Amino acid sequence: MAKESGLSRVVHEAVEAVSIPVLATIVGMIVGTVFILIAGKSPIQAYTAFAQAVAGSPRAFGETLVSTIPLIFTGLAVSLAFRSGLFNIGVEGQYLVAQIAAVVVGYAVKMPEGLSPGLAGLFHVTLALLAGTAAGAFWASIAGLLKAFRGVHEVINSIMLNYVALFLGSWLLNAYLKGSSGQGSSQPVQATAALTQGLIEGSRLHTGLWIALVAAFVVWIILWKTPSGYEIRAVGLSPGAAEYAGISVGRNIVLAMALSGALSGLAGAVQTLGVNRRFFETTAFVGYGFDGIAVALVGRNHPLGVILAALLFGALERGGPQMQAAAGVPKAVIYIVQGTVIFFVAAEGIWRFLRNRKVKTEVKTA
Amino acid sequence: MKGGTTVPPFTHNMLKLNGITKRFGSLVANDSIDLEVRQGEIHALLGENGAGKSTLMNILYGLYTPDEGTIEWKGKPVRIDGPGHAIALGIGMVHQHFMLIPVFSVAENIVLGMEPGGAVLDMKQANERVREISNQFGLEVDPEDKIESISVGQQQRVEILKALYRGAELLILDEPTAVLTPQEVVELGKIMKSLVAQGRTIIIITHKLKEVLHLADRVSVIRRGRKITTVEAQGRTEAELANLMVGREVELKVDKQEATPGASVLEVSHLSAKNDRGLLALKDVSFQVRAGEIVGIAGVDGNGQSELIACMTGLRKPAGGTVRVNGKDLTARSPKEVREAGVGHIPEDRQRRGLVLDFSISENAALGDHRKFTRYGFLNYGKMADLAERIVKAFDVRPPEPEYMARALSGGNQQKVIVGREIMRDPDLMLAVQPTRGLDVGAIEFIHRRLVEERDNGKAVLLVSLELDEVMNLADRILVMYKGQIVAEVAGQEATEENLGLMMAGGGARG
Repeated sequence: MAKESGLSRVVHEAVEAVSIPVLATIVGMIVGTVFILIAGKSPIQAYTAFAQAVAGSPRAFGETLVSTIPLIFTGLAVSLAFRSGLFNIGVEGQYLVAQIAAVVVGYAVKMPEGLSPGLAGLFHVTLALLAGTAAGAFWASIAGLLKAFRGVHEVINSIMLNYVALFLGSWLLNAYLKGSSGQGSSQPVQATAALTQGLIEGSRLHTGLWIALVAAFVVWIILWKTPSGYEIRAVGLSPGAAEYAGISVGRNIVLAMALSGALSGLAGAVQTLGVNRRFFETTAFVGYGFDGIAVALVGRNHPLGVILAALLFGALERGGPQMQAAAGVPKAVIYIVQGTVIFFVAAEGIWRFLRNRKVKTEVKTA
Repeated sequence: MKGGTTVPPFTHNMLKLNGITKRFGSLVANDSIDLEVRQGEIHALLGENGAGKSTLMNILYGLYTPDEGTIEWKGKPVRIDGPGHAIALGIGMVHQHFMLIPVFSVAENIVLGMEPGGAVLDMKQANERVREISNQFGLEVDPEDKIESISVGQQQRVEILKALYRGAELLILDEPTAVLTPQEVVELGKIMKSLVAQGRTIIIITHKLKEVLHLADRVSVIRRGRKITTVEAQGRTEAELANLMVGREVELKVDKQEATPGASVLEVSHLSAKNDRGLLALKDVSFQVRAGEIVGIAGVDGNGQSELIACMTGLRKPAGGTVRVNGKDLTARSPKEVREAGVGHIPEDRQRRGLVLDFSISENAALGDHRKFTRYGFLNYGKMADLAERIVKAFDVRPPEPEYMARALSGGNQQKVIVGREIMRDPDLMLAVQPTRGLDVGAIEFIHRRLVEERDNGKAVLLVSLELDEVMNLADRILVMYKGQIVAEVAGQEATEENLGLMMAGGGARG
């Protein structure tokens, strides 16, 4: 016990991270069943249609993973910020500015002649990804700096920045990036800047999946294996003790926000280079950032939990419409299942909070 | 609601507890406790932290239901459902942390919930009633004063009056002296005598031996959930009670040699600082601490001690003056620079400052020096665990598990982790603020010994404490702080509780 480390610790953390969400999902499905019955449909038919859509064929599973990838990034972004005690509600905006940056680099930067296609692709994709990551990190840093040095609450200022990003994107698109093909989207990125699709035959599953998995591993390394991660966690758990120990709270707020924004940026850049290949006119937020909050919550702010939670939400997102089409069950049932899962995971948090409080008061009065 | 009865005191049992048992999960907080409290006595409940005193009293006050056992109140068995029921029976409790509304007047607080008059609050009558009771028992307060404008000692009187107003015949006082100056403790003693003289009965919960001897008629000692014995207080000694309480021989006074101070380590000159409200809380303070001596700062809470320490540790920017350690100017430097200059700090608030409660003991052992616990730039948990292992062994942290979460430790063990970490860092200057607050005799003895050891190893120690005994016991020199200034310096051997207490209350200002 005393020397518990390495593998056993990882396994322990992982089991801890997934047990409650798995239970919550089961409860969610039971509640969903009740509503399907109320709607007068067959739950078996509905869930069969759902399962078909999510994993009925290699292609279907590939598409489920396509929906999962951005959620992994945004879930990681929210959970990393949360580890430092910050609520990054600005993932949406960071996602958008990253898409713009990735498109600009993907479209405008030309690879030198004579480079082999493989190498040109590698360079160009890397450059475009970096641009997106940097843009996301920059956008989030504004929120971090405002919080750390001006005391502007990050929830407020990052929501504001979401709208700035939304309309900035709209303006840039209409003023500079308009493509020839249609009204609502930018020029496409060059072939060298696109992430390869077709990891699973017939699906759009792209190499962004590997980037997402590596990102999750890197987040785990940063948080639990580096001194900077130690500081971020210390600030998140106890700002007073962090300050006492000579850890700069302000500096770590900015750092955590920037890292969180970098992950949001990766979400946007990977989605653009892997799936969309261009920037679409948006009048409302796409929602990956907000879903990221739910993913982080269900994944208990642990990278492994986030991956699994993203898979769950990706499947729900992909399976809902199909269930409606094939079994005639309103896809609102899927939102009920989603809501129930979130509710039960959150309720577990509330329950734990109450238990801690009870223990505390008992200790106090003992 | 006169409590006077015709029963002569010291004969009848007011209260009798039979075989009270209370479990929290696997923890047995009270293990079949029998207790008899006589009408008109002051009965002390003595025990270490976590011994089960408060649990027992919370059962009596209706906050917990016992798992086993019965309560007899004035000869009749009762089941106490809640505080409301306890009050109706005539049992009143004064909690350690007062439950008063600061912006209300004294009388408003006292009558709260039982206001005189019908639909309209009759404040005149309330004031009158409060004055009456306060005269009857010699509890001097002005009913029209606001709570926020009166002293802590007076606030306590308001709490006692509140219970009396509700007709309490038995008063339970939970650690009543924790927040009082020595003079206020004497005052409280007089009030308690006056209460029992008029037929009231008092149970006082405490872990302070001196109080028991001064105040109580009889003492019941609780150890690990069991009642060990009930004895007459008359004729007992502190050592005797300490041994009963801890269950082994305890040294109350640290055995220490004469100090042999060396070169000056800490030099504070003309230091001034503002408090959180922007008022000058520290005014032109100058002193020094030399290697191999313990300098104690005595004072009532809130007289600038917190601001002084915050300025020295980089947690607050001074308004003026300088702080030097080993000749190095550390004025207004960051906490990190201060730590690196060889300053150890046992903070006043162990839960908010001293530990990250949701870190393990290992991770907390590295707190502050965490950048040194790396291998190839990555955290080295093995190295942290090694240090934690050493701290846990040397400082007797229970349970001795480095991977245990700090939150799960008791207050005393949390404190041992902090003291251990700071001593292991081997600083030239140790700032020990309230190092034994809330700890019991055994743990206090241990931490005191370690601080004296630090001194004997040639370190400079600055001790800030609200406990006079602690300062007098450890310090070679004592500085008294009052209203943000150092008003006196006394040699350790010459200090008495009386002269320090007087100076702490502003009575002996120098210059």
